[in-house]
Amino acid sequence: MKPITLIKLATFVAACLPAAALVHGFSTNDLTANPGDYITDQTGTWTLAFLTITLCVTPVRRLTGWNQIVRLRRMLGLFAFFYATLHMLTWVVFINVFDVSSMIDDVAMRPFITVGMTVFLILFVLALTSNRFAVRRLGRRWQKLHRLVYVAAIGGVIHFWWLVKADTTEPIRWAAAVGVLLGLRAWWAAKPRLSSQS
Amino acid sequence: MIIKKASDIRSSEITPQSVYLRRREFIQASAAALVSAGLGTAADVALAQGRGAKLPGVVSSPFSTTEEPNLYEHVTGYNNFYEFGTGKGDPAANSGNFKARPWKLRIDGHVSKPADYDIDDFIAPYTLEERIYRMRCVEAWSMVIPWVGIPMAEVIKRVEPTSRAKFVKMTTLVDRNMFPEQRRNTLDWPYVEGLRLDEAQNPLTILAVGLYGEELPAQNGAPIRLVVPWKYGFKGVKSIVRIEFVEDQPLNTWQQMAAHEYGFYANVNPNVDHPRWSQARERRLPAFGNNRATQMFNGYTEQVAHMYEGMDLRRNY
Repeated sequence: MKPITLIKLATFVAACLPAAALVHGFSTNDLTANPGDYITDQTGTWTLAFLTITLCVTPVRRLTGWNQIVRLRRMLGLFAFFYATLHMLTWVVFINVFDVSSMIDDVAMRPFITVGMTVFLILFVLALTSNRFAVRRLGRRWQKLHRLVYVAAIGGVIHFWWLVKADTTEPIRWAAAVGVLLGLRAWWAAKPRLSSQS
Repeated sequence: MIIKKASDIRSSEITPQSVYLRRREFIQASAAALVSAGLGTAADVALAQGRGAKLPGVVSSPFSTTEEPNLYEHVTGYNNFYEFGTGKGDPAANSGNFKARPWKLRIDGHVSKPADYDIDDFIAPYTLEERIYRMRCVEAWSMVIPWVGIPMAEVIKRVEPTSRAKFVKMTTLVDRNMFPEQRRNTLDWPYVEGLRLDEAQNPLTILAVGLYGEELPAQNGAPIRLVVPWKYGFKGVKSIVRIEFVEDQPLNTWQQMAAHEYGFYANVNPNVDHPRWSQARERRLPAFGNNRATQMFNGYTEQVAHMYEGMDLRRNY
């Protein structure tokens, strides 16, 4: 097996672990007194984590020169979509118990859910267009479209920030991580000559 | 008295855990059988779950619900008590330094008998009552909790408020060693809550000193906390050091933090949403699918609705 294939496989297994932990916790009845909210929190956190890790790919590539890391990017992004889907489903099942009118209320009246749903729709479109066929078909527009992941990451942080009651420690950490990763890109875009020497 | 050091205990003297666990199962099963036969109280079950410090002379109350209380480990393992941290498991995990004794409680303000009490002297004159209440958190989850406490109306009678007393203001201890989160500015410490005098005198209002027939654990607000079951959980100020009778409506902590989201009254009301989520339904812990409609005043309309007649509950949320 080629080293990159092995790394891809290891990444896939590692990325499944948070979901496996939830399944294990569920089967052993070990998801706190409020399993619904716990699963919602966990899947939300892992969505942000995979968005952030996906955003790390380009900076790592530029800073280390390890070009093959790009081959992990689609899978990492799809895992962000995977956890976002679970997260959205917990909202459908545990919070709204499939009540469509209450979900419409949520999306229309509660800004943090409006933002969250927007992020989910972005990730949905990006996941749909992540295959080779779409890349070929969309050509140059593909990259433009997939820059929406920046919007998704910022939206994810805002969604988290707006839902906490008082303690903003965690949202601040995610904001810092996403801020640095997007800041690097902005800096590189503004100073193309400097970065081309690295 | 011979005090053995830990190393002096031979391993053969220690009951193997498997045997110990079986002993628990046996006692739990028999206590559960007693309860289901109508012979035992929640306290018997608590004791059977392997904990001590049972409170003496607890009588039952007609105000208790017949709903099944949540498990002890859920009531004591899933808490909002920001003084110990903002995670639901933090209060249980970070309360190692907390000491509920000695404890001073000050009662002052517009009363004829202000006093500083030692907590045990304060509790001693009262008959302890078990009150199994629904608890509805403002975050839209709920539990059923078997509190043990003192009706606040009796306390108020004893301290004789003057005609100037219109509100009761209650304050949590400030101690950065016992409450690690107080080293950060998550909230503006100390935590303050308040009730209108008539709310404090309502027969449902208790100062809880216990849970499941035992002394209150640190994470639930030891040694004494407020319980007002028709209001959202955050009204239940914990680890109280001061009860002050005042003329003006106190500014409670969450109202101070975010006045558009948390008011003074905080009555459970399915028709008035939190700005960021619906209050129409609640997740009754711990079940997954146990999502139910929230009741007006958390189901205590009969006892409390008269206090709010003519008030706009949409404005006074």
